[in-house]
Amino acid sequence: MRFLQPTTWAEALEARAAHPEAVAIAGGTDVMVAVNFGRLRPPVLLDLTRVAELQEWAPDDGAVRLGAGVPYARVITELGDRLPGLAMAARTIGSPQIRNRGTVGGNLATASPAGDAHPALLAADAEVEVASVRGTRRIPVTDFYTGVKRSALAPDELIAAVRITPPSGPQQYSKIGTRNAMVIAVAAFGLALHPDRGAVGTGIGSAAPTPRRATAAEEFLAGELAGLWESRGELPAATATRFGELVAEASAPIDDVRGTAAYRVHALSVMARRALTWAWAEYRTAKESRPCD
Amino acid sequence: MSAPARTPAGAPGHLTGPAGGGIGTDAQRPDGTLKVRGEFAYGSDLWMEDMLWGVTLRSPHPYARIRSIDVGPALAVPGVHAVLTSDDVPGAKAYGLELADQPVLAVDVVRYQGEPVALVAADHPETARAAAARIVVDYEVWEPVTDAIAALGHPRWNAVHEDDAEVTELSRESAHLHPEGNLVRHLKVRTGDPSPTADVVVVNTYEVGMQDQAFLGPESGLAVPAEDGGVELYVATQWLHVDQRQICSALGLPPEQVRLTLAGVGGAFGGREDLSMHVHACLLALRTGRPVKMSYNREESFFGHVHRHPATMRYEHGATRDGDLVYVKAEIYFDGGAYASSTPAVVGNGGTMGIGPYVVPNVHVDCYGAYTNNPPCGAMRGFGSVQTAFAYESQMDALAAALGMDPVELRCRNAMEQGSTAITGQVIDSPAPVVELLRRLEAMPMPDAAPDDLRHMPGGVSNTTHGEGVRRGVGYAVSYKNVAFSEGFDDYSTARVRLEVVGGEPVATVHTAAAEVGQGLVTVEQQIARTELGVDRVVVHPKDTQVGSAGSTSASRQTYVTGGAVKAACEAVRGQVLARAAELTGRPVGELRLFDGAVVGEGLELPLAEVLGDDAVEETLEWRHRPTEAIDPETGQGFAHVQYAFSAHRAVVDVDTELGLVKVVEMACTQDVGKAINPQAVIGQIQGGTAQGLGLAVMEEILIRDGKVQNPSFTDYLIPTILDMPPMRIEVLEYADPHAPYGLRGVGEAPNISSGPAVLAAIRQATGLPLTRVPVRPEHLTGT
Repeated sequence: MRFLQPTTWAEALEARAAHPEAVAIAGGTDVMVAVNFGRLRPPVLLDLTRVAELQEWAPDDGAVRLGAGVPYARVITELGDRLPGLAMAARTIGSPQIRNRGTVGGNLATASPAGDAHPALLAADAEVEVASVRGTRRIPVTDFYTGVKRSALAPDELIAAVRITPPSGPQQYSKIGTRNAMVIAVAAFGLALHPDRGAVGTGIGSAAPTPRRATAAEEFLAGELAGLWESRGELPAATATRFGELVAEASAPIDDVRGTAAYRVHALSVMARRALTWAWAEYRTAKESRPCD
Repeated sequence: MSAPARTPAGAPGHLTGPAGGGIGTDAQRPDGTLKVRGEFAYGSDLWMEDMLWGVTLRSPHPYARIRSIDVGPALAVPGVHAVLTSDDVPGAKAYGLELADQPVLAVDVVRYQGEPVALVAADHPETARAAAARIVVDYEVWEPVTDAIAALGHPRWNAVHEDDAEVTELSRESAHLHPEGNLVRHLKVRTGDPSPTADVVVVNTYEVGMQDQAFLGPESGLAVPAEDGGVELYVATQWLHVDQRQICSALGLPPEQVRLTLAGVGGAFGGREDLSMHVHACLLALRTGRPVKMSYNREESFFGHVHRHPATMRYEHGATRDGDLVYVKAEIYFDGGAYASSTPAVVGNGGTMGIGPYVVPNVHVDCYGAYTNNPPCGAMRGFGSVQTAFAYESQMDALAAALGMDPVELRCRNAMEQGSTAITGQVIDSPAPVVELLRRLEAMPMPDAAPDDLRHMPGGVSNTTHGEGVRRGVGYAVSYKNVAFSEGFDDYSTARVRLEVVGGEPVATVHTAAAEVGQGLVTVEQQIARTELGVDRVVVHPKDTQVGSAGSTSASRQTYVTGGAVKAACEAVRGQVLARAAELTGRPVGELRLFDGAVVGEGLELPLAEVLGDDAVEETLEWRHRPTEAIDPETGQGFAHVQYAFSAHRAVVDVDTELGLVKVVEMACTQDVGKAINPQAVIGQIQGGTAQGLGLAVMEEILIRDGKVQNPSFTDYLIPTILDMPPMRIEVLEYADPHAPYGLRGVGEAPNISSGPAVLAAIRQATGLPLTRVPVRPEHLTGT
């Protein structure tokens, strides 16, 4: 096995172009598990941990540009205010050791339907910035997931960053596991309210071949909230329940060792209803929407 | 007996550790500092420069005939030194703890997924794995037998209740997994009236899933060929001498030529009582003439050891309107999987302990162990009792509900006490404080309502509830477990104790073959020697077969039996030393004792250096607990057990009833330990046993579909984390057992037994659901 360890982004992209068979490794929380179980024997490993550009985040043109190599632990400690939904997702991930190693870039590269970051990224309308020696492009995260553990990333591309606009309203994230920590999601749900544009964002995890949005639920709720954004009035319980049902209807889960399809559908409806209840309560009590950087 | 030519890195050394601390103190572990610093060598750390790596090719099928095996492509891989199949096993082709029915390497037929078929030794583990993948095995795949009741050809519940009898035809030739059929053992208990009637009757069927020991140090060992044609095996195991017996049989070598040394053991819980890589590494080492290391990874470990027997149990309890138990009928089926392993003993415990610590005049128990094509099941902490406790304690709650009684009152009303007669006809001849254990739990304060913090909510920081849907429940359960080996087994241990003066300081050395698996027996051995010999410094010799058998580190027995042997050997050494001192001083032996490194008497303090000079006093002896006897095959009556352990738990849980997620808020435990030799270690056993029982109640299960394991990893075989295991309240009682050394009672298993049923009872109270299967899954709580 060859081990490549570029120290600059330009070198990394050249190495990627020269070795399309290489497997990129950042925190290694997916790659090393696969290697240890004998499921992955990459001819070339492309270690990105020495590329300084990937290890930082910065405000950029009204968004947060989150380097692909920033570990979850830093998302929690440094971005809890700017990216609350993603930080909530990050808190549910693994153990402290895993949060110190694992990265949002790695979560995207693996593109598992159970990846914990995805529902938060979907709800927040994130964009994935990918690059190759050919240049840089931005992919709306909704278009990024193309199948089970498949993504829109080309063979010569690497993930540079994720761009997320800090929210104009509350965000929530919930995940079901069958123990109280260190567990792969049985089902997960991300929610973002966008009062600035009268919109709602959602993300579903572990309940379809790819992470996906619940578009009908978003449209339904945006319609219901049209008259409420301004008044910050009470949300009818039936609205929250219907929203939960529509989120559940958007899923397409399977039975597996972690849970049944029926449970996943049920859990999504409950999580979505509760998340909306919490988000709306927060919105009602907030004096004004959060400032953006 | 020839000494090993070379000692591998990672072989155990003599343990000394902090000096001081006799019995009844929180003496520190001699290996504690090494473990905390990450310097303790486990089996997987064994190393020799010229060693080869052994790997195992395993069957992908639960049941198949092997038409042919072609090892040629594997032998052709550069770096491969040997490829072996059953043809290369020089001695007996099969081994086993109780019945020799398990092939060293598959012979013609594979009976479970993961059964070893061939071995490869190569100069690199990756090479060995790649070569193993090139062995061509032609299988004729058969339909597996995967249900224990069906495997026996029994109708479901012998048509005694309303369900239609579901008689399974086992007509195919392949349906008999073993020549004698699929029954491993049938135990009957018959007491009192065969057709009793009662005012109130509850009947339920319960299921317990397959739990794994989930020890953290996977199976590992290193076999070194010796000049005398024999082999030295360093291995992480539980019972060196029973391993040695089976290895000798397979290798066709006498015991003098198969010498075992215990490598560092990272947990056992019963999962190392059967052989894993032991014979395999020896075969490869003897074939290649090189040291051979085998070390399973986590996935292989799930296939490399036996698991806890899944159980299906139908119980019928009858009581008077006042709540006096009139009768219990039970049918208990244990799925033993493909090979017998400890199934006969599991059936023994399940059958004789299976109605719990209650006095019942009329009992009718049928307990079966069956062969199937599921993974082999064998020893795991509390075996036989863990499964049945879920059933009998659930029945006590169901009966209490039917009677409109408090569940604790019902238990206390029917509880055993000293002098009670067990269902085997044995009189309980030592303290049995079941009522006190329960009453003390009841008297403990209840935990507060959960604070407003996600970490205390069901689901934790996964943020699934802020209190919505959460209901609290409280449950109680009691355990009852036989300590040490039962039913007439010659259960003994051997200890060699030496006392000498080194550098002016008296030092005792304790040498036993008793496996230290993390539980702290090495500490107990030191404590006993300190107390009996009056010395501070006690060295623990590496555990090996250069001394006689200590029996198994299982059945909560080592502190009792090896502790008893060390105590007896110390007494013999002390007798010799005092006799010398008596000769030197002219005092009668009866006036002398050992204290603080000296022989002391009235106005006398004679340092041991003056008594012993350069001599060492050494004694080796075998020690036995009082004998037990086989039970009557038709009635289950007899003096089957030497001692009983009792513990009780109160569990408090919060359940998100809408999402089916559980947070155990608090576990409280009371246990009678007779005498706490090391109180801190006792607390550790209670906490660990409680966590393992909690795990079985709410998450731990090897999922099997058509005989195949679905979750052989710690990603999907979940064990409790610190956020799942709550703080505990623990009260330890010390009512001496007059038959046991120091009055002690085995500790390790009892809390593992009562913990899970208490959690289940609490979830049942929170949800109002009947819940007859563990582990409880969110689906069971949400009807999905």
